[in-house]
Amino acid sequence: MKFMEEYRDRNKATAVSAAIAELCEPGRRYKLMEVCGGHTYTIYKHGLEYYLPGAVELVHGPGCPVCVIPMGRVDDAISIARQDGVTMACFGDMARVPGSKGSFLRAKAEGADVRVVYSPMDALRIAIEEPARKVVFMAIGFETTAPSTALTLQRAKAMDVPNFSVFCNHVTIIPPLRAILDAPDVDIDGFVGPGHVSAVIGCKPYEVVTKEYNRPLVVSGFEPLDILQSVYMLMRQLASGRCEVENQYSRVVTWEGNPRALQAIEETMEPRPHFEWRGLGSIPLSALKLRDEFARFDAELIYQVPGVRVADPRACQCGQVLRGRLRPWECRVFAKACTPERPIGTCMVSSEGACAAFYNFGRLTRPERLAEARS
Amino acid sequence: MCLGIPGLVTELDPDGGQLASVDVSGAKRRVNIALLADEGVKVGDWVLIHVGFALARLDEEEAHRTIEMLEGMESAYYDELSAMGRSAAEPQAPPERVARQSK
Repeated sequence: MKFMEEYRDRNKATAVSAAIAELCEPGRRYKLMEVCGGHTYTIYKHGLEYYLPGAVELVHGPGCPVCVIPMGRVDDAISIARQDGVTMACFGDMARVPGSKGSFLRAKAEGADVRVVYSPMDALRIAIEEPARKVVFMAIGFETTAPSTALTLQRAKAMDVPNFSVFCNHVTIIPPLRAILDAPDVDIDGFVGPGHVSAVIGCKPYEVVTKEYNRPLVVSGFEPLDILQSVYMLMRQLASGRCEVENQYSRVVTWEGNPRALQAIEETMEPRPHFEWRGLGSIPLSALKLRDEFARFDAELIYQVPGVRVADPRACQCGQVLRGRLRPWECRVFAKACTPERPIGTCMVSSEGACAAFYNFGRLTRPERLAEARS
Repeated sequence: MCLGIPGLVTELDPDGGQLASVDVSGAKRRVNIALLADEGVKVGDWVLIHVGFALARLDEEEAHRTIEMLEGMESAYYDELSAMGRSAAEPQAPPERVARQSK
C-alpha cells in the first residue's frame, strides 16, 4: 500500500494515467491481459484499475501456477502420497489446492506423510536424511521454478539418491497464451507479460504473440508504477499501430533470458505431447516431463496413478476467469461457496490467484466503484 | 513460491561451490547460485531468489524497491520468508555434505 500512498508515486501514477487516457481513441475499448498472478495481486492491492480510463480494462491471465493445476493431477499426486512409505513434499500453496477428493492437507490429516517445503532441494535433503522414506517432490510452476527442479534432479543423479523422485507438473508460458489467442472470439488487445518467468526465458519467445497473433506484449515489473507504465507502453503501441515485444522490466529481464536456467531445463525435461490445464483444457506441448535419462527419478514411472481426467466442479468458473472472460466477482460461487478458507476453485487458493487477490482487497466496493468510474 | 525475494550475497563458498550465504531481510540464508555461474556473482551483489535458487542479479536500488514492495504484501511475504527460514537458515549442511556424513 505504501507506494501508492506516497505523494510522489501517486503523482507519477496520475501522470501515467493521464498519458494513457490521451492515447485512447474515442469510442474504442481496450482489453489488456496481465498474464502473471503477481501482477494481478499488485493490481488489486493497489487499486490500479482506478488509475485507468474507463475504456481500458485489465483481465487476468493463466500465470498463477497453482491456479492452472487440473484436478486429475492433484488426485494422482494424492494417490502417490497415500502409498506406503511415501513422503510427498510440496510447496505451501500447493498443499491447499483441491482435488476431486480433497487436498494434500486433507490427505495429511488422514495419515499421509505430506510435508511443505520451500525448495525442491529440501525434498532431496529429506530423502538423504531419511533413506527409509520414498520422497516424492510435487513439482509445479512455470519456467520460473523449473530450473530449480532441474538442478535438484541433476544433484540427485550425481549423488545417486535412490529414494527421491519428482512428480513433474511443470508448465510453459507460451502455449497457454496461444490457446487463449486461438479461441474464436478472443477480444484481448495486448498483454502485460510476466516478469520473473521472463528472467528465465527472456523476451524473445513472446514474438509468437506479436508476430503470429498480432498482439503487442510488454514484459513488466511488479511495482504499481511498473504495471501502469507497461499499460502505457501497450497503449502507445496500439495507438501507433505497432506490434512488438517491449521490455519495461529491463532492470531484471534480458532479451535472451538466463541461458544456464534454460540449459538445466533442457537437460532434464522435455515437452509432453499434451497437458490438461484447469479451465483451459488440453494444450499440446504445454508442459514438461522428465527425460529418459532421469526415468529413475520420475514418479509417474515409479508409481501407479489413476491418471484420470477429472472435470472441474460444475459450480466453478475458474476456467472463464483464467481466460479473462469473467471477472472474479462475476463467478457464481465467488465469496459465497468459494472463499480462501474453503476454496472450490484454484484461483481462490494462492494469494496470487485472481479470485483470492480480489477477495482480499476491496471486493465489497470494487464492482460498484468501477461501474461508477466507467459510467 | 512464486515470490522472487532479493538477497544480499554475504559469503561465497570457498571452493567455488554452488551455494552462497545471503542476507534476506536481516536473516542469513543459504541459496544456490549455480544459475548465475556466468555472471561472476560477488560478495555485495544482490540476487533475486526463487525457491532457494538465485535466478537473476539485481542492482541495489531495484533490490530495495522490491523488498519494500514485498513487505507491503505482509503475510504473503512473511510466510515465504519463514518457509525459506525453515529451508535454509538452519545450520544445515548442503546435501552433498549430509550425504558424506551419513555414509
